[in-house]
Amino acid sequence: MSSHAASGEGHRKPHLLAHSPQDNVAVAVIEGLSANTDAFGVITENDTTFAVHVRHDIPIGHKVALTDLKAGDTAIKYGQDIGKVIKDVAKGEHVHVHNVKTKRW
Amino acid sequence: MFKEAAQLDHEIATPFVGGAPDQFATQALATKRASQDYTAATFMGWRRENGRVGVRNHVVLLPLDDLSNAACEAVANNVKGTMALPHAYGRLQFGEDLDLHFRTLIGIGSNPNVAAVVVIGIEDQWTNRVVEGIAKTGKPVCGFGIEGHGDIAIVAKASYQAKRFVQWATELQREECPIADLWVSTKCGESDTTTGLASCPTVGNMYDKLIPHGIYGVFGETSEITGAEHLCRERAASPDIADKWYTMWKAYQDDVIEAHKTDDLSDSQPTKGNIAGGLTTIEEKALGNLEKIGHECRFIDALQPAEAPAKGPGLYFMDTSSAAAECVTLMAAAGYVVHTFPTGQGNVIGNPIVPVIKITGNPRTVRTMGEHIDVDVSGVLSREMTIPQAGDALIDMVVRTANGRLTAAESLGHREFVMTKLYRSA
Repeated sequence: MSSHAASGEGHRKPHLLAHSPQDNVAVAVIEGLSANTDAFGVITENDTTFAVHVRHDIPIGHKVALTDLKAGDTAIKYGQDIGKVIKDVAKGEHVHVHNVKTKRW
Repeated sequence: MFKEAAQLDHEIATPFVGGAPDQFATQALATKRASQDYTAATFMGWRRENGRVGVRNHVVLLPLDDLSNAACEAVANNVKGTMALPHAYGRLQFGEDLDLHFRTLIGIGSNPNVAAVVVIGIEDQWTNRVVEGIAKTGKPVCGFGIEGHGDIAIVAKASYQAKRFVQWATELQREECPIADLWVSTKCGESDTTTGLASCPTVGNMYDKLIPHGIYGVFGETSEITGAEHLCRERAASPDIADKWYTMWKAYQDDVIEAHKTDDLSDSQPTKGNIAGGLTTIEEKALGNLEKIGHECRFIDALQPAEAPAKGPGLYFMDTSSAAAECVTLMAAAGYVVHTFPTGQGNVIGNPIVPVIKITGNPRTVRTMGEHIDVDVSGVLSREMTIPQAGDALIDMVVRTANGRLTAAESLGHREFVMTKLYRSA
């Protein structure tokens, strides 16, 4: 990971944003992020960058796995527990209601 | 010629491209504009009889109950410059639910965005209870009971009174007031993952900057803190307030959610709009939601629904539903005069007496429904705008709105006035 300036000369718009270095999911922040893209991401908490090969078409606002996730794992965003993984998800795949569920209610 | 007609068609079909054209084009007066040193920031408002400051100057026809909506609407039709606030309730309520009904109506009438009030009810006694509650502010208020007279006679009497109120209110002048006189509420809606990344932290940055200058803030949405309750609890100003807050949150879980749920609420919370926008669980939604209270301020009390804050300037929590119109109505009833509303997928809500400022970070929403958006912070997602810059843009819009700029919701006629009902009537 390398340091990334938020703006200015050579500014590159991210495809993905994660909140915390602990997150195992990141959010697509552009429209039309398509499968087989080598996506560029930024962690907002510390302005570091990352790369992930995206394996599905990801609508804006939807999430991508940053690591391989196994059923029973916890999805982490904001550095916090956002629910349980109910189906295995490979790094770069779409993460949503089909493979993550609430632990509440 | 054919070409010109086709060109014209195109222009009519797409009068502008790329969302709201006026986002940053509407220049506020330089001296009244919030600068980044907010110590000296001011706005132009109406100082009311009780010292509170309003940013709107409404003359309201307030129905005590559902039966009185028609008369209020008839008066509003007769007398220009007035506004009726029809609602669905007010009959056979009892106990805590009745207390909330009165607290909401009296609070709405007492809000400093309201200059004067005509209350109409089916009978005199409960009507007078609302009139007497509002009269404590010192503002002009009167009431009429329909029984024994009929709608037509009451509409005539109320219309004469409403006309006097409007002519009086329209001569009241705005005056320059310190930013500390501003009460700013927040609640988000049709959230998506962009709200947690951009528009909610924008509101949080506004509170971090303005609360130290003496404004009143409030957040609520009790059920939508589920998953972030451990973080919210830590943001209370004292252990006593933390306990008071936790008791409210737990009661909502036990008495509302657990008592009535038929599944894990995944058909309702997150909403279908939230899910379309990429939010997967209530925990994820809650963590984004809580970004609205920033990082510095602590909440100094946990209020009942529609309860006016009484511990001085600062941030408050209010026990509310997460449904937008219910929540904004309760905050208006507590006396807040401007509402900041982050949205992801594009909630279009407004309120009849409080300007509701929409903030979005979702560039698709700016593009597809930009007419509903007051502050575009989509630059946060592209990393061309920082959260502190977004916070400054929001504060600028809060001041411009307070000074009189109509919000998108106001100009589009959104007046969602929704009473919270705690349980069935007797």
